[in-house]
Amino acid sequence: MTILTEQHARKVYHAMLKSRLLEAKISSLYKAGQIVGGVYLGKGQEAVSASVGAKLEWGKDIFAPLIRDQAGRVAFGEDILDCTRTYLGSAQGPMKGRDGNIHRGRPSDGLIAMISHLGTSLSVLGGMLKARQIQGKMNGCVGATCVGDGSTSTGAFHEGLNYIAVEKLPVVVVVADNQFAYSTPNTKQFACKDLIDRAVGYGVEGHSVDGTDVLACAEVIGNAVDAARNGEGPQMVVAKLLRLSGHGEHDDGSYVPTDVRSSHYGRDCIDVGKTQLLEKGWVTETELDQWEADAKEAVQAAVTLAQKEDGPDPYTEDWTALSRGSFRNWNS
Amino acid sequence: MAVTYINAIRDAQYKALEQDESVFLYGQDIGKFGGAFKATKGLQEKWPDRVMDAPISEDAMIGMAIGAAIEGMRPVVEMQFADFASVAFSQIVNNAATHFYRTGVPVPLTIRMPSGGAPGTGPFHSQSIETLYAHYPGCIVLTPATVADAYHMLLEGIAMDDPVIYCEHKFLYGWLKSDSYEGDGLPIGKARITRSGKHATVVAYSAMVHEAVRAAEMLATEGWEIEVVDLRSVKPLDTDTIMASVARTGRLLAVGEAFPWGGVTAEVVSRVVTEGFHLLDAPPMRLNAKDTPIPYHPKLWAAHRPTPESIKHALKQLLAY
Repeated sequence: MTILTEQHARKVYHAMLKSRLLEAKISSLYKAGQIVGGVYLGKGQEAVSASVGAKLEWGKDIFAPLIRDQAGRVAFGEDILDCTRTYLGSAQGPMKGRDGNIHRGRPSDGLIAMISHLGTSLSVLGGMLKARQIQGKMNGCVGATCVGDGSTSTGAFHEGLNYIAVEKLPVVVVVADNQFAYSTPNTKQFACKDLIDRAVGYGVEGHSVDGTDVLACAEVIGNAVDAARNGEGPQMVVAKLLRLSGHGEHDDGSYVPTDVRSSHYGRDCIDVGKTQLLEKGWVTETELDQWEADAKEAVQAAVTLAQKEDGPDPYTEDWTALSRGSFRNWNS
Repeated sequence: MAVTYINAIRDAQYKALEQDESVFLYGQDIGKFGGAFKATKGLQEKWPDRVMDAPISEDAMIGMAIGAAIEGMRPVVEMQFADFASVAFSQIVNNAATHFYRTGVPVPLTIRMPSGGAPGTGPFHSQSIETLYAHYPGCIVLTPATVADAYHMLLEGIAMDDPVIYCEHKFLYGWLKSDSYEGDGLPIGKARITRSGKHATVVAYSAMVHEAVRAAEMLATEGWEIEVVDLRSVKPLDTDTIMASVARTGRLLAVGEAFPWGGVTAEVVSRVVTEGFHLLDAPPMRLNAKDTPIPYHPKLWAAHRPTPESIKHALKQLLAY
């Protein structure tokens, strides 16, 4: 167990703040009709997500984010241009307009590009690590993935986590239990008392944390990543919280009862973290103002650039799903 | 010394493991046990780190292989039976097959699918599901019908940078023999004229090539010369060779062991009709398995799939038009 450092807590909170401001901008662009397709926010889940990303090293570790992990992406080191370009359909983005919104990544750099089918990233992450094992290229790397309570009901999640556990791979699976999968409450999602009870069944270490508590998330998730990195086997963290937005920006989330919204888990981790860091004296109001101003400027620059760039051209698109140039003459 | 179709599959994997350190095999019971059909016999002994047993988790097996492929490996996954790949369907068609198009990072993954029926294997160990994977963009679908093709196409498939669905026919495993693996050098994407003729063309693939040749032999005694085209790969589909054959014969029968709704035979007929209607002297015909689950009893099974007799019967109708 390592004690949470000031430096790490600042890194986590900085990523949270930048992500919140970026997503606020993305949301307003969506509402202004400037984004085609869905917008999925991580509002309320930044503490959990950033705590994962902040413990991972770009170019060394592997991260498999899901739809509410903008904060984890920022903390891991994904350029926010990847976000704005993918949402705004720029051909310069990593997906070149072939996929959109949160379905993006840079797999060769260790950032898995999620597909919509929940739970599928676990085994992919496991396979990437297994390959490095075979190649003798582990070099102390770890893999981490974030899922929601709904993902834990899928066969892919079960098969993937079982695989990771069987192979004892250095993986951290973080479950953001935000109490609703789209509109479906946990009572219709699983029957165990707490999702952490599943850890023992898979044979992995389990950790619970209050997902609205920034310092607790940074510490618990950080320790889980350290444990995986130190050869203590797969780790599972269940973070209890509440999604502070709809499933997507098309959804007002009106199915979340008022008493749940006003409960402990309905508090905003951005506010909680600010208070915590100020109380600790790990950040000043002036610094926070500066972080906010800098983040807003960076977000605006990333949006402006992506808006200027052309989208993909259907007439020059090569329209092949296969990778080898020599096969492009096949009349498949 | 004679080699069989299953020997070819085993020996191609041996060669792939030997010549390329990025190749590894993954599947249920493929390690010490050597696989349900012994396609990996003795391979774990030689390469303990690159021949690995998997839990009964087809979805995770393919997900794992996708991840390994992203990291530069060339996984070869054995589905114990092609039928069980339905459990991995999402990973194959939504993840592996879309990955290059979406991200620019290729997924060089080969999935071996023990396909087709044998007497007594029933509804869940007999399926021919090549159509499903051919339907989705992003996969290459191979259906070798000869010992040499089983060997060379598996090696060629493993060397490809895209997901390859390798449909190996269980009925051919021990039954099909050859003197060697020496082939004719046809690359993936080219069909083969297995038997030349001038009166009608049968387009077939996998085990149905042999049933079609038997039908052609029977009809030869009546003076009919039937051309048999072995597709070798159903995706890509070598339309040029099919069209050239139909141009010679004017008559087409497409034969497949898969279920009749849609599928490879429908695709073949559709292409010939839309691109070569003027070449046809008779309405093209299709012959497939029946539209029921694959029955267990040998008598029902034998009547469920096309046979030399039913192919011959269809050809007689085609020739009489």
